Amino acid sequence: MKKLLIRSLLWLATSAAAFPAAAALNVFATVPEWGALTQELGGDKVKVFTATNGLQDPHHVDAKPSLIARLRNADLVVATGAELEIGWLPLALRESGNGKAQPGQAGYFEAYQYVRMLEVPTRLDRADGDVHAAGNPHIQTDPRNILKVAEALSKRLTELDGANAAVYQDNFKSFADKWKKAITRWETAAAPLRGKLVVSQHKAWAYLYDWLGLKEVGTLEPKPGVEPSIAWLGELAGRVANQQPRAVIRTAYNPARPAEWFSQKTGAPIVVLPFTVGGDEQSKDLFGLFDDTIARLTAAIH
Amino acid sequence: MFKPRISWAMMIALPLFSVPAFAADNADLKALREEISRLRDSYESRINSLEQRLAQAETSAGKAEASAAKAETTAAAASVAATARPANEAAFNPALSLILSGMYTNLKDNPNKRPYAINGFVPSNGEVAPPARGFSLGESELAVSANIDHYFRGQMTLALPPEEGQSPTVEEAFIQTLGLSNGLNLKAGRILSGVGYMNEQHAHAWDFSDAPLAYKAFFGGQQRGEGVQVKWLAPTDTFLEVGVEGGKGGSFPSTNNNKNGFNTGSLFAHIGGDVGIENSWRTGLSFVSSKPQNRSYTDADALSVATTNSFSGSSKTWIADGVWKWAPNGDATQRYLKVQGEYFARKENGSLTCADADAAKPSNCSGGRTDHFDSSQSGFYAQAVYKFAPTWRTGYRYDRLNYGTVNLGSNLNAADMPILGKYNPSRNTVMVDWSPSEFSLVRLQYARDSSRSGSPDDQIWLHYIVSLGAHGAHKY
Repeated sequence: MKKLLIRSLLWLATSAAAFPAAAALNVFATVPEWGALTQELGGDKVKVFTATNGLQDPHHVDAKPSLIARLRNADLVVATGAELEIGWLPLALRESGNGKAQPGQAGYFEAYQYVRMLEVPTRLDRADGDVHAAGNPHIQTDPRNILKVAEALSKRLTELDGANAAVYQDNFKSFADKWKKAITRWETAAAPLRGKLVVSQHKAWAYLYDWLGLKEVGTLEPKPGVEPSIAWLGELAGRVANQQPRAVIRTAYNPARPAEWFSQKTGAPIVVLPFTVGGDEQSKDLFGLFDDTIARLTAAIH
Repeated sequence: MFKPRISWAMMIALPLFSVPAFAADNADLKALREEISRLRDSYESRINSLEQRLAQAETSAGKAEASAAKAETTAAAASVAATARPANEAAFNPALSLILSGMYTNLKDNPNKRPYAINGFVPSNGEVAPPARGFSLGESELAVSANIDHYFRGQMTLALPPEEGQSPTVEEAFIQTLGLSNGLNLKAGRILSGVGYMNEQHAHAWDFSDAPLAYKAFFGGQQRGEGVQVKWLAPTDTFLEVGVEGGKGGSFPSTNNNKNGFNTGSLFAHIGGDVGIENSWRTGLSFVSSKPQNRSYTDADALSVATTNSFSGSSKTWIADGVWKWAPNGDATQRYLKVQGEYFARKENGSLTCADADAAKPSNCSGGRTDHFDSSQSGFYAQAVYKFAPTWRTGYRYDRLNYGTVNLGSNLNAADMPILGKYNPSRNTVMVDWSPSEFSLVRLQYARDSSRSGSPDDQIWLHYIVSLGAHGAHKY
């Protein structure tokens, strides 16, 4: 009996040694939505670091020392791509000295490759403002995109950490089930929004509008990324006056004044949408993000 | 659908577990059988209820699935087409970017009236003087970069000087490893040294239109040269980077000594991180060491006859640098504050030779005078830049160099080396700039410059810097 015990202990010990220590996968997410999604899919098998918060414009981030340090140990970088992070991520990745997470490696994941891109420019000219060659990078505003990215990301997690493949598959299944139900719920709640006209501050909502059937009649920014001027706002207000947009929509990090000015001029209520996880109090996770987005939209647009 | 599998498993498993029981007597056996059948019944009822719940869940999920699937198909149709990429030869062309810069300067003091030198310090022969008066073109900078293969990336920055007849200079041309892993980074070629904070930044990324006096006096603008750089990033959540460089020399204070091995070497360490979500910082220590040979500069003797002085010996420079950035909620698009400063200290020890610049015009140094020279000098700049509106920034910079001590051997006459006369240069600079996009900037700068003895120079710059082509990423 003792022998058996010793033998089984030995077997346990050797078989445990055959597997690497069960360290969690280090994931570096550039934006909160991918951080939250990786957490949903990875559970306790991943350790997620999110580079930006919901109140930061992810396009205008410095290649901060803290980000370079976190990239150094990342097993997987989850980015949006489509040039959203071009101002800092390529440089920070090069500085990180991390061979696993360079573009082209399994440790580098770009979400935009798994969704249908909207607003792909037909001409590339900086005179058109902050345009992205691959299309509008704000793909997370459509929950159907989140699901597609989730599927690809789950596969990537499995590829990188085969030992926990079953966990990732189960997590994806249960997330996808919950998410699909939630989409139905959101779509039902948002049905009255279909066909309604709105004005956006920045071209941040192409995918949301595409999903819910909202129609953008203008943007407060004369060109993507260009600060609105009073002259332009006045012109826009005049142009859309007879269309009577039902709301003017901005993110929490967009400056408040242009929307306020426009709202006063046209009477369209301001809707501040969370845009990403952490964009407001209610958006604590991905479900909260869309619960809150739909609630705010339906409350303002009747 | 789980039920059959589970009940089959139980049917197989339960008899197996009961094998040892055969040894027991009949009474025990009967008790055991009863126990098992009770167990089986209870499991069966539990499985039944589980199965019912599962079936319910499945039907409701099915409904959701059906409606979500409908949505998916509409989107999926186009998603494949989106990943197509152009496949022509030009697709592999490197990224090109071009920096254009031009300025109008109004200077009280004519920079060309006398040889330009920061007083009190050995001239660095670099880009020390302000631009010419009136309209002038700055250096146009052409940068080409691309990944070479899965190991290397290459980059070249060509500076095109505005003057007629001057040939383009290669500012940087290097190869760099692509994720060597373990935090290692290797660069080789002509590189901007990683010492200090501003040294690695290209001039167009500076917050003021010219370099701090300390950079002009101690490095002749920027520390750069041919060589290799090895950097290692520690595997910690706090940024900690150490680097070592060795090179041919030639960039002040070193000289190219025409020998194998290294003529100059540097060491640096940087540490950085965040404080909350609104603050980030980086600080570091650097050391540059070289043994310049016949490092010469021109001066004039006590009677204003041109002389050529040259130094041979050892030169050691230390730099302490720090930068702190703050932005509300960490979002720098509306407002931010950036405070930075660097302190330089240099010790040189060796011999200095004073000789005629022109043999036909004999000076007090005719025939050459050589003696001991040592100096211990320092300097710093501190600056703050505040973004007060999305496209507007303003900033202030203070420059100061400390003469410290300069000792000349008795064979050398201080009066014949006026540039090295005791003087503490200083400068105050303010600026305001406007950048309507990431790619353009117009800056108005005013400096009251006392880097030369005599009355201070009032310098007004109106400067534009624009960038065309590839979207570069700027260093922190």
